[in-house]
Amino acid sequence: MAVDPLIELRDVNKYYGQLHVLRDINLTVGRGEVVVVIGPSGSGKSTLCRTINRLETIESGRIAIDGRPLPEEGKGLAQLRAEVGMVFQSFNLFAHRTVLANVSLAQLKVRKRKKDEADRRSRELLERVGLASHADKFPAQLSGGQQQRVAIARALAMDPKALLFDEPTSALDPEMINEVLEVMQQLARDGMTMVVVTHEMGFARSAANRVVFMADGRIVEDRTPEAFFTAPESDRAKDFLSKILKH
Amino acid sequence: MDVLTENFSLYAQGFLGTVELTVYSSILALLLGFVMASFRVAPVGSLRVLGTVWVTVLRNTPLTLLFFAVLLGLPRFGLVLPFKVFAVLALGCYTSAFICEVLRSGINTVPTGQGEAARSLGMTFGQTLNTVVLPQAFRSVIPPVGSTLIALAKNSAIAGAFSVTELLGTYKNLNELGYSIIWTFVWIAVGYLIITLSISALFNLMEKRWGVAR
Repeated sequence: MAVDPLIELRDVNKYYGQLHVLRDINLTVGRGEVVVVIGPSGSGKSTLCRTINRLETIESGRIAIDGRPLPEEGKGLAQLRAEVGMVFQSFNLFAHRTVLANVSLAQLKVRKRKKDEADRRSRELLERVGLASHADKFPAQLSGGQQQRVAIARALAMDPKALLFDEPTSALDPEMINEVLEVMQQLARDGMTMVVVTHEMGFARSAANRVVFMADGRIVEDRTPEAFFTAPESDRAKDFLSKILKH
Repeated sequence: MDVLTENFSLYAQGFLGTVELTVYSSILALLLGFVMASFRVAPVGSLRVLGTVWVTVLRNTPLTLLFFAVLLGLPRFGLVLPFKVFAVLALGCYTSAFICEVLRSGINTVPTGQGEAARSLGMTFGQTLNTVVLPQAFRSVIPPVGSTLIALAKNSAIAGAFSVTELLGTYKNLNELGYSIIWTFVWIAVGYLIITLSISALFNLMEKRWGVAR
């Protein structure tokens, strides 16, 4: 794998004041690869995910998407963000717009599609995540799992090269987690490049090409799921797995 | 009662003067306040500084002093305009500082995730602000914007001291004509009430139509 790198992070460091949250991160995600990032809370995994489309700035190091370094601000950055979709823990659907408008908005504003063309594409994507009948509702009328699937459709509407998932199921009731994971599994099978920060070990085992284990701002292990879950190398990972797999 | 009926055209002139001042200054204040609020939340540092300076200077200057500065200061730099235009400029700029802060507090009520989601989709700062953040901020700023515009309507009385035709200024003429000062002011007060209550009613309507559903 990783013959054709799509996302590259080299020697990335980030601080929140005195707190060193990302330490010398090196990570390459190949085209079509699904990388799951796991680790204890406060390990920097969400921050890592957010630096990839520069929702968080970095103090040193390089990040490149498809060979192009991440621009600082302005139009260039906006264009690059359109190529990298993001799904948030708290969904962040636009509360004042209908489901259909949520999915269409950036197509109109960023991709400059015509309204009927954008809406047609939006309905296709809503169909794909199983929510075609909810197109005219407002986000607040949907369950958490439904909102998150709309958020995935909204990200897909930009035809991104890669998708970032920042704990997409952490705010969901247990019975709604699966409907979101199924959509994500399907995307993985379709060959979407994905970086997924999650606590869903089942998803990591079944859908990931690689598991990245983070602790204290460092990448401690970066291996295939089988190797990681059956024989973790580091004590930190053994400790983490023993805690979460006990129940 | 006679004061009103016998001098109706004088009252009407003053009333219309105040309405004009209020409407034009409100439009200017809303536009400028909107621009300055955008500056204050912009990712560009120099714009933020400009917005902050604008608010700090205008909000902390007494309005009468600002009128002096505009009406007597600007002509010295060769800018000669009718006094009414100067009054609109002074009132509009002064009130824009308050509108700016009201809008900014509205922007702060919108969860940061909304802006992040818009940016993550590749929207520019302007698109994010105009299509995602401000429409949601708008709902929560309707009541305080109404209050600010009511204050503007009453502040317009200061323009009378600079020989701009407006409602309060009518008392001088009526006083000279020997009418009872009390009834003169009662009818002036009624005039202001008509204007301020209309603004209240307008904003109540807007709140019913677009306000945040609780």
